[in-house]
Amino acid sequence: MLAFVARRLAQAVPLLLAVAVLTFLLIELAPGDPIVALAGEDGDAAYYAMMRERFGLDRPLGERFVVYVGRLLRGDLGFSYRLQQPAATAVLGRLPATLLLIGPALLLSTALGLALGVLAARRPHSLGDTAVSTASLLGHAVPVFWLAQLLLLVFAYRLEAFPVQGMRDVRLDAQGLAGAWDVARHMALPVTALTVQFLAPIARVARASLIDVLGQDYVRTAVAKGLPGRAVLGKHALRNALLPVVTVIGAQVGFMFSGAVLTETVFAWPGLGRLLLSAMLARDLAIVSSMFLLLTVAVVLSTLLVDLLYAALDPRIRYG
Amino acid sequence: MAEPRPAGRGWVPWRPRAVSPSLLVGGALTGGFVLLALLGAALAPGDPFAAAGVPFAPPGPAHPFGTDDLGRDLLRAVVQGARVSLIVGATVAVASLAFGLLVGGVAGYVGGTVDDLLMRFTELVLVLPRFFLALVVVALFGADIIHLIAVLALTSWGIIARVARAGVLAAREQEYVLAARALGGAGPRVLLRHVLPNVLAPVVAYAALQVGNAVLLEASLSFLGFGDPNLVSWGYLLNNAQAFVRRAWWLSLFPGAAIVLAVVGVNLLADGLRGWHPGNGRGPAGRRGPTPQRSGVTQRTS
Repeated sequence: MLAFVARRLAQAVPLLLAVAVLTFLLIELAPGDPIVALAGEDGDAAYYAMMRERFGLDRPLGERFVVYVGRLLRGDLGFSYRLQQPAATAVLGRLPATLLLIGPALLLSTALGLALGVLAARRPHSLGDTAVSTASLLGHAVPVFWLAQLLLLVFAYRLEAFPVQGMRDVRLDAQGLAGAWDVARHMALPVTALTVQFLAPIARVARASLIDVLGQDYVRTAVAKGLPGRAVLGKHALRNALLPVVTVIGAQVGFMFSGAVLTETVFAWPGLGRLLLSAMLARDLAIVSSMFLLLTVAVVLSTLLVDLLYAALDPRIRYG
Repeated sequence: MAEPRPAGRGWVPWRPRAVSPSLLVGGALTGGFVLLALLGAALAPGDPFAAAGVPFAPPGPAHPFGTDDLGRDLLRAVVQGARVSLIVGATVAVASLAFGLLVGGVAGYVGGTVDDLLMRFTELVLVLPRFFLALVVVALFGADIIHLIAVLALTSWGIIARVARAGVLAAREQEYVLAARALGGAGPRVLLRHVLPNVLAPVVAYAALQVGNAVLLEASLSFLGFGDPNLVSWGYLLNNAQAFVRRAWWLSLFPGAAIVLAVVGVNLLADGLRGWHPGNGRGPAGRRGPTPQRSGVTQRTS
């Protein structure tokens, strides 16, 4: 198992390197001279040359790339002159707020998705199954920001059941338990929107893989030897049906973050979304490219994690 | 919906029910979407950026979808906005179909080191978060629809390459392909004439799914305000609606509903296409081709 983990980690390295190359090339290829951006437009040629040398921009592309990767490995993702702080610090500082939306939404959608998958797979092509399939098709097609707007319209504006935006009520300035309740009330609508978005693929895959597993011989054996349906489903079928569900969750890390960014925009949630948006408007490349890089790395690592989870969940899979 | 129908004794090769409801509904919705995109300017003529009435008029006889903060007619904007979505969706799907077939076909047919390298590259493409990549490109190169199409086209073919490769691998060992090669057929010719037609159905279905994904991605970017500023699109309309959610619900409702209908349409069509092989006349056996894993279907890698 250890050897497998090591080998799988080693396989991820070229992928990560390729991601770094891509980010580097994108920044290199972008129109506009970075020196002009740094030194202003009215410098003379000698001044530009001096600045170019000072920032190492006169070096060949390959050498600059090595320097770039060296900086990445030290955790230096560039500096945001607009925010006057390292890009990595800015991004990581906003991450907790975004995870506060993604985490609960992921838990809720996994639980609900499995439940709906079981409901649908127990009697394929029944009314319940058709309802689940239709709902997950709709869930896939509904843009999360539109759903967020509708939730805002109905539950915050019309029914006034939930706060309109932000993470906490500044007028209340509640601390402790009351503060947590305040944040929870603000979380309710964005987490709902994200849950619906994550739910669709999970329910669909859970259904498909359960139907597949329920048709296999060992399940028929379990039924034949007189196990009650609940035990067959819970102890025998669900465990194996979980594998594709884990895959789909692992594969959707990027999708979850884009969903969170869009949802945050609607609810003015102080997470990565707002940081990204302001960076885009100000053409703050350090922030935008760091977010892309960090997210891609997160996707690569979660794929790795899924592979490892596979081995843990399914004793038949042994990567010797 | 795409489960193969059990081959009962009463099965006949063709009957009306062989066209699944998914295919019918999906085809109708997609057809409507395409018609709207092609005829939009004729159906609801006029400049969508020009004022057509009083600001914030609720839906009524003069303006069935209401008007926005500048008095622009929303129906006109929604109808004409279909074009951007279709252009992005269709171009991305066709391009990713071409790339995917090329990469997957060559990898599966040639095998060996070429296969390894191409699949590694595919893995990289599959890993990239498309939404954020598109944002980087737009931030660096500007919010032009061509840039958006290019990013999405260059990064949406991964899943198609995998499906195509799996199909080619399965078909390569079939007797008719072996026969074609034994008769002296050259590699590319065998690939094009004999293997390709048999992997096309699942691959086209996956390409159709890319239409929906591209439409959603374009809408997301435009919603954030980074769509092409010269074109009216559904995402742009929702971006505009954000400031007036409380005051004018119709500004949110109609453009969003248009996105949902278009995406549901192309996805149902894709679903239907996967289970339907037109004119092969072989009955259910024709459905036993290389069926892609369902788990990839609604997977939106963004």
